[in-house]
Amino acid sequence: MKKHLSSISVIFFALASGLIFGIGLILAGMANPAKVLAFLDLAGLWDPSLGLVMGGAIGIGLVAFAIAKKRHLSYLGLSMQLPTSRIIDKRLVLGGLVFGIGWGLVGICPAPAFVLLGVGSIKGIIFVIAMLAGMGIFELLESCRKPAGK
Amino acid sequence: MLIDWNNFTPWTALAGGALIGIASAMFVLFNGRIAGITGIMGGLLKPKSGDIGWRLAFIIGLIIAPVVWQFFTPLPAMQIDASYILLVLAGLIVGISTRYGSGCTSGHGVCGISRLSPRSIVATLAFMGTGFLTVYFVRHVLGA
Repeated sequence: MKKHLSSISVIFFALASGLIFGIGLILAGMANPAKVLAFLDLAGLWDPSLGLVMGGAIGIGLVAFAIAKKRHLSYLGLSMQLPTSRIIDKRLVLGGLVFGIGWGLVGICPAPAFVLLGVGSIKGIIFVIAMLAGMGIFELLESCRKPAGK
Repeated sequence: MLIDWNNFTPWTALAGGALIGIASAMFVLFNGRIAGITGIMGGLLKPKSGDIGWRLAFIIGLIIAPVVWQFFTPLPAMQIDASYILLVLAGLIVGISTRYGSGCTSGHGVCGISRLSPRSIVATLAFMGTGFLTVYFVRHVLGA
């Protein structure tokens, strides 16, 4: 019974986090690709708003992660799954550089993509399908690479 | 540099950012996880048992956000100017590269920087850099 209750609260907090995250994206203007592109367009008529989105999020995040780092278990008693790698490798840098190109082409990154899906925008749906296909292609390439060994 | 004061929305940007921060804080403190959309979604594509429910719940939370928003007030403008072909191309690029680089704007940009992770700081500088360059190239070199 206790285990059952705890799995319900895990789902509840995940759903609530996703919902609040999405509401934040809409309020901030991050779910509006035209506004994202206006932020990325330094040489045009520049809209600096999204810099403040990062500022607001990181301001709270700094406190939360400082607390999280000191804990072994979450408030629900789950182990803290924080990344431990500190290696800056080719995958990280190349992945980041290429992601910026895709983001700059249309002004949509993964979280706002799901919000646009919920809005029911045809263009948002097309982007999400392509993005999921891209993630699927990545999994296929990874599984082809692994059996051959590194 | 010319600032677009008419479309500058400092207060909603800060408040929206704070909500994103609160959501990430809640997720790490209760679920013990990083609110990185790439990682959460990626794990659904190679599902392990016991690892599906919370991932799906977070993604569903994002998807229903605009639906819940509309109960209270009309949605703000969400304008996608890109063509269908460009959306497919960019979607594929974003899907492959975020998995390859282990994160996107949420996982590296918000949570990673908040953790002061050197990896995430490098990744964020990388995608912000090419994001700025790509828009510069498309709008001011190609003139699209």
